[in-house]
Amino acid sequence: MKRLLIAVPYFWLLALFLVPFLIVFKISLSDVALARPPYFPQWQFEEGWSALTDYLRALDFENFWFLSTDDLYWKAYLSSLRIAVVATFFTLLVGFPIAYGMARAPLEWRPTLMMLVILPFWTSFLIRVYAWIGILSGEGYLNQFLMWLGVIQDPLIILNTNVAVYIGIVYTYLPFMILPIYSALEKLDESLLEAAEDLGCSRFTAFWLVTFPLSKQGIIAGCFLVFIPTIGEFVIPSLLGGSSTLMIGKVLWEEFFNNRDWPVASAVAVVLLLILIIPIILFQRNEQKNREAEG
Amino acid sequence: MKRFSWFNATSLTLGFAFLYLPMIILVVYSFNASKLVTVWAGFSTKWYGELLQNEAFLDAAWVTIRVAVFSSTIATILGTMAAYILVRGGRFMGRTLFSGMIYAPLVMPEVITGLSLLLLFIGIGLDRGVFTIVLAHATFSMCYVSVVVSSRLVSFDKSLEEAALDLGCTAWQAFRLVTLPIIAPAVISGWLLAFTLSLDDLVIASFTSGPSSTTLPIKIFSAVRLGVSPEINALSTIMIGIVTIGVVSFSIMSKRNAVRREREERAAIHAT
Amino acid sequence: MMGAGLFLSVIFSGDVMASVAANQVFAPWNDPKETPLIEFRGVTKRFGDFTAIDDLSINIYEKEFFALLGPSGCGKTTMMRMLAGFETPTEGEIILAGQDIAPVPPNKRAVNMMFQSYALFPHLSIEDNIAFGLKREGMPKNDIADRVAEMLRLTRLEKFARRKPHQISGGQKQRVALARSLAKAPKLLLLDEPLGALDKKLRQDTQFELMDIQEKTGTTFVIVTHDQEEAMTVASRVAVMDHGKLMQVATPDRLYENPENVYVADFIGDVNLIEGTARKTGEGSYEINWCERTPPLKSTSDTVLSSGQGCTIAIRPEKVSISSEKPEEADNAVQGKIIDIAYLGNLSTYHVKLANGQMVKAQTANTRRISRRSFTWDDDVWLSWTATAGVLLKG
Repeated sequence: MKRLLIAVPYFWLLALFLVPFLIVFKISLSDVALARPPYFPQWQFEEGWSALTDYLRALDFENFWFLSTDDLYWKAYLSSLRIAVVATFFTLLVGFPIAYGMARAPLEWRPTLMMLVILPFWTSFLIRVYAWIGILSGEGYLNQFLMWLGVIQDPLIILNTNVAVYIGIVYTYLPFMILPIYSALEKLDESLLEAAEDLGCSRFTAFWLVTFPLSKQGIIAGCFLVFIPTIGEFVIPSLLGGSSTLMIGKVLWEEFFNNRDWPVASAVAVVLLLILIIPIILFQRNEQKNREAEG
Repeated sequence: MKRFSWFNATSLTLGFAFLYLPMIILVVYSFNASKLVTVWAGFSTKWYGELLQNEAFLDAAWVTIRVAVFSSTIATILGTMAAYILVRGGRFMGRTLFSGMIYAPLVMPEVITGLSLLLLFIGIGLDRGVFTIVLAHATFSMCYVSVVVSSRLVSFDKSLEEAALDLGCTAWQAFRLVTLPIIAPAVISGWLLAFTLSLDDLVIASFTSGPSSTTLPIKIFSAVRLGVSPEINALSTIMIGIVTIGVVSFSIMSKRNAVRREREERAAIHAT
Repeated sequence: MMGAGLFLSVIFSGDVMASVAANQVFAPWNDPKETPLIEFRGVTKRFGDFTAIDDLSINIYEKEFFALLGPSGCGKTTMMRMLAGFETPTEGEIILAGQDIAPVPPNKRAVNMMFQSYALFPHLSIEDNIAFGLKREGMPKNDIADRVAEMLRLTRLEKFARRKPHQISGGQKQRVALARSLAKAPKLLLLDEPLGALDKKLRQDTQFELMDIQEKTGTTFVIVTHDQEEAMTVASRVAVMDHGKLMQVATPDRLYENPENVYVADFIGDVNLIEGTARKTGEGSYEINWCERTPPLKSTSDTVLSSGQGCTIAIRPEKVSISSEKPEEADNAVQGKIIDIAYLGNLSTYHVKLANGQMVKAQTANTRRISRRSFTWDDDVWLSWTATAGVLLKG
């Protein structure tokens, strides 16, 4: 009974998560070919042992070598990292005051505010990104508004630039930043701030010496929750970014669908995963520390 | 209370304006009569009419809903099982691998998940269509479901299950009669989460769908690449409306339950 | 309540009485030449419609250990938070060392507070917690280190200096909180239910430790508590509060022996309250009619009552004697039936029902180890007390 209970989800995940990933890894070692499917070598089970050794001999790290020589790829990785770092920073900048305001709001408002933050979560990601196209485009609402105000004479070019990508990331990932910071700030005992003031702190130093260090775990968690998915982001750069916006998710997509170079696409995926392992481990460690501090 | 200063009020106002204005603009302009989406030319619901005439969109919507219902149901069953194993299963062979496989898809970029599943389906010669999207969505959604359900299971008093066993239940009966009703809210929100994830997904569906199984996000994405269109505005408004009504009524319902429960508890205390 | 009565009767017997007597040498409140450290002048505090403090005036003197005692919601915490600067009075003023402190923000006041939750900064070590206030003052590093070491010694926390707050016990946390608030050598230390989170045994030990530290540092302590034993043990004077009003301010012994009103008599310790009407029989002596067909009770009183005025006799159970025969020379003697006996080890309390249904408690000390129990349930007994044993109160 228990065996069956374990076996079903176990094998499901093995078959549809682990095995596919191993296939990606294997194909990343293959060569591109004009065939269906478009890579070489292919191992036919019936051809026996010698076929297997031939097959293994044909695998190599050529695609990875290719990634390191063609500067498109490492530029794309670096640019993804840079965009993710900058966007995470701005998300923190926008998200922290909101989380802080929520945690200081009257108790009876908080469930409503919480729901208002979560509501966009449930709304289609695609639609939320799409909404900004109309706002940021040349004849968009933002330009219309600014020109009506008389702040600018000519429309600003925002859409299809990295700025639009930043705005899109901050907008769509804001709830991921707000929620962990809010939950850290909400747990903060008001009497700690009073104690700090009682011991001679001004409001500002009390914030800096007590509130900020005690919400650090939430800030770190929020930053990782934004940073990690942003690196592999595809929708935002392809809808809001321009031709100069290089992000690795977009490169992988194009490599696969436009160039039909499956081995290189697979190699890109493997490297992307290797890059992500570091922040993921750091994030896990932060969460662990959080749990220990609470337990 | 006294620290709720003008600073906090301003940051909340600006923050929520930032979160909601884009969607409000989208909704407002979906009722724009003009074909030019950024120029207001009076109120009209004609884009909704056109949307309902658009066979391609309706087909895509139908595919999407079917995929979402099937995949979220499978994901909920598998995810609940997985959560139960992780929280109550004790030690078994490959436990670490199992919990790794549960958590990894949560942080895995969608492009990689999509790519790897596509390569698998091609490798085993499975024709791509609704079935493959359902498999793909069920796989990554079950991880979310299991996280939601296991957080509820962790805070669940194990002695209740033991009491059921003590009173003569089989393990299955104890689960069905005691555990499941108590974790039901988490299972339901897990299902809802899986459902919206599936409705929402563009990247994985793009990799795993076939020519005859275009989902709504794929359709929207290809339309949106060409720029803003009033029909998409109308479609977005409908989707935002459904989600808002759903989430708001769900939270009002659970709040009402909580209030009723509290009132009953208070009444019970006074009654003794 | 039973335990409290027991505790109080121990306090007011023998040795402890002597220390109370010694305390009375320190009595600045009786000296008109002394200027108080803190003056509340007609202070009122309202939160919306709710009046937390109602036109209250108190003087607190230097080196005093002053207790604000009352049930929760009586306004005692509001008083303390006004002293710390977290609330401002709606009306009236608070004078600290001759200066109105209303405009002074909490971080500029020479007042420190020990929080009920201790409010230890969880991200800082014990020594950093203690040094926190000193660093804000901009004290030189070496001096900070010396002062922290001194505070650690005073509170016997030397071994825990480098631990974080979650790594020490509740009693140790309490001492850290105390050390942190004392480190800046404030003129006035406020303690908000400082021992509320400790278990009973630890609380009693800590009470004496607090008194010891207060004496060593010479700081003025104001403690807020709902626990009358705690207030009576530690404080030089106790202010009993109810619904934002001051009921009585007095030394613990006066509070127990000379309550000014029924509320205080009932709140502090165990008491029998007998209502009746007064008739003046001489200078400071009265007869109280309390029940038809029974002789009036005799009582002396400092409170001036007019004949026919409603009054209450408050009499402590330990001042009521119990006997099987009617005593010959008692000022007051009433007959009743024993309903309940509570054996408390050192004491026994008898609950006696009088003919008119009034319950009166009488307490006897069990001075012999194996005593013949002279009374049992349903015995008819006589209760007696002297005219000076009770306190006559208006109303």
